[in-house]
Amino acid sequence: MRVDAEGGGPGAAPKKGEERITGEVLLSIDDISLSFGGVKAISHVSFDIRKGEIRAIIGPNGAGKTSMLNVINGFYHPQEGTITFKGETRAKMRPYVAASQGIARTFQNVALFKGMSTLDNIMSGRSLKMHRNFFWQMLWFGPAQREEIAHRRRVEEIIDFLEIEHIRKTPVGKLPYGLQKRVELGRALAMEPDLLLLDEPMAGMNLEEKEDMSRFIIDVSDQFGTTIALIEHDMGVVMDLSDRVVVLDYGSKIADGTPDEVRGNQKVIDAYLGVAH
Amino acid sequence: MLYREAGQFKTSYAADQAVFPLREDRIGLAATLFAAFVLVPVFADDFFLSSIMIPFLIFACAAIGLNILTGYAGQLSLGTGAFMGVGAYAAYKLTSIFPETNIVLLVLVSGFFSAAIGIVFGLPSLRIKGLYLAVTTLAAQFFLEWCFIRIPWLYNYNSSGAIEVPQREAFGIIASGPAASALTRYFIVLAITLAVTVLMKNVIRGHIGRSWMMIRDMDIAAELIGIRPLYAKLSAFAVSSYICGLAGAMMVFFWLGAAEPSAFSISLSFQILFMAILGGLGSLMGSYFGAAFIWILPVVIRFAFPALGIDIGAETVQHLTFMIIGALIIFFLIAEPHGLARLWAIGKEKLRVWPFPYG
Repeated sequence: MRVDAEGGGPGAAPKKGEERITGEVLLSIDDISLSFGGVKAISHVSFDIRKGEIRAIIGPNGAGKTSMLNVINGFYHPQEGTITFKGETRAKMRPYVAASQGIARTFQNVALFKGMSTLDNIMSGRSLKMHRNFFWQMLWFGPAQREEIAHRRRVEEIIDFLEIEHIRKTPVGKLPYGLQKRVELGRALAMEPDLLLLDEPMAGMNLEEKEDMSRFIIDVSDQFGTTIALIEHDMGVVMDLSDRVVVLDYGSKIADGTPDEVRGNQKVIDAYLGVAH
Repeated sequence: MLYREAGQFKTSYAADQAVFPLREDRIGLAATLFAAFVLVPVFADDFFLSSIMIPFLIFACAAIGLNILTGYAGQLSLGTGAFMGVGAYAAYKLTSIFPETNIVLLVLVSGFFSAAIGIVFGLPSLRIKGLYLAVTTLAAQFFLEWCFIRIPWLYNYNSSGAIEVPQREAFGIIASGPAASALTRYFIVLAITLAVTVLMKNVIRGHIGRSWMMIRDMDIAAELIGIRPLYAKLSAFAVSSYICGLAGAMMVFFWLGAAEPSAFSISLSFQILFMAILGGLGSLMGSYFGAAFIWILPVVIRFAFPALGIDIGAETVQHLTFMIIGALIIFFLIAEPHGLARLWAIGKEKLRVWPFPYG
């Protein structure tokens, strides 16, 4: 499977990749360090994400990948370094500010709203775009309902796109894991983000579900032009999907480049396979 | 057979969003409203109205208030009784200051005082959750109860220490005080409680209600989607306290007629909490079920024994009532921990596909 994809991939992928990489820098991470007490999670990492590309962040367990995403969307505050998003440099920000600037995210362990239906979960992604105040909401008929229906229309497009029409009204707690992951992607898409952070979107999936999810990620990138940062452990998926890959190990960046460059990098091979000291 | 959605197609999002999408449900609702507005007033006597229907509606209203906070926004509160007290005392002070003003209007306004106090005591929710938050709301309960006793200004320096509802008018009709008819009070309470239910249903199905439920289900994810916990939590506290305050004011003005501070003690808080939990957290209809279960059922049991010709002492009936209600609470919570509203929903779901086990 993997060999096959490698054989077929380069024909189309690099060309598409080149075209994307010429895009301007959307997010640049500059010399970020993050520690929890004495534990250094990230030390002096710099890289950038360009508009429209699929950027993979990989590394062995505990390399600091998820911490990196948490830093990007404001959940952790790094002790050192700066983050520049859409030309704006920030030191500290709350997650809801990151959300309002256009950063959406999915989680490694699905973080859906368990008590709500698929539809409500995806509608919740539209929260930042809905502004009718409490009194209009109480009346419902009129402006509040018009707003709700306008957003429902957009949400239905996403439901269509992700092919989850049949589970629209199902409480998400009852859905199988693979579908929950898809609903979570839908919720992030509903925010119409400029930057989409995906934390192991394929963890725990079978081959078919992985292929579906890969297709959705490529389609999101192609149809919506969303910039995607992706953490994934399945190397076949990473090498096929991403335009550029950054590799972390023990909180430090050890490689950065196209999938082919990274694959041949001795440090990366050592980090993954271990090396005799 | 009677309950089918076959042939009822929804062709617009508005139709899909309807609260009662099935025709059968709409007929049921219409029948219930007809009973509440026509049958009960025509056939019920004063005792039935004053001792069953009015308190039932007031408790349902309070349970809705608590349900907004605990069931929808996920913030556990044990201060309901005190917030109801704030509403009651605010309405009492307001009508003392403005005796000529429509009492229904003053009762509606008094909820705002309760909302303001609710916001203040909701501030700890930004830092703590779950049982720890419940303990801080307990502080509200004891502090406010202390105020009701120790600040004589609140009860107009009345020597009894209680508030006694004066005779007041609404729309030219005597609405409160001993001279007010049970029917008038019933209609006022019914109108306010139904209005609260409808308006809250509208809020809950919109983006504000969703933001509450997002905080309840996973506050971290909610924040990453752009919900500000400060706004979501405090708005839930404000709305919940407003409704509880409203219920408290209605309780004194349209039901009890007088109240001591002990009427708003922790046991009232627990009573409302049990109604909300037993009826179903996160369900407005459940609030009605819970209020009916806790309030109406004991009355029914109490009258059932004499009606069946079983002659036992009043004391024994009282004890039996406690035992039966306690056993039923345990039974229902084991049968369906999500409350009577969920049982109702499951029953409807089964009826929908009957006589087949699956749809």
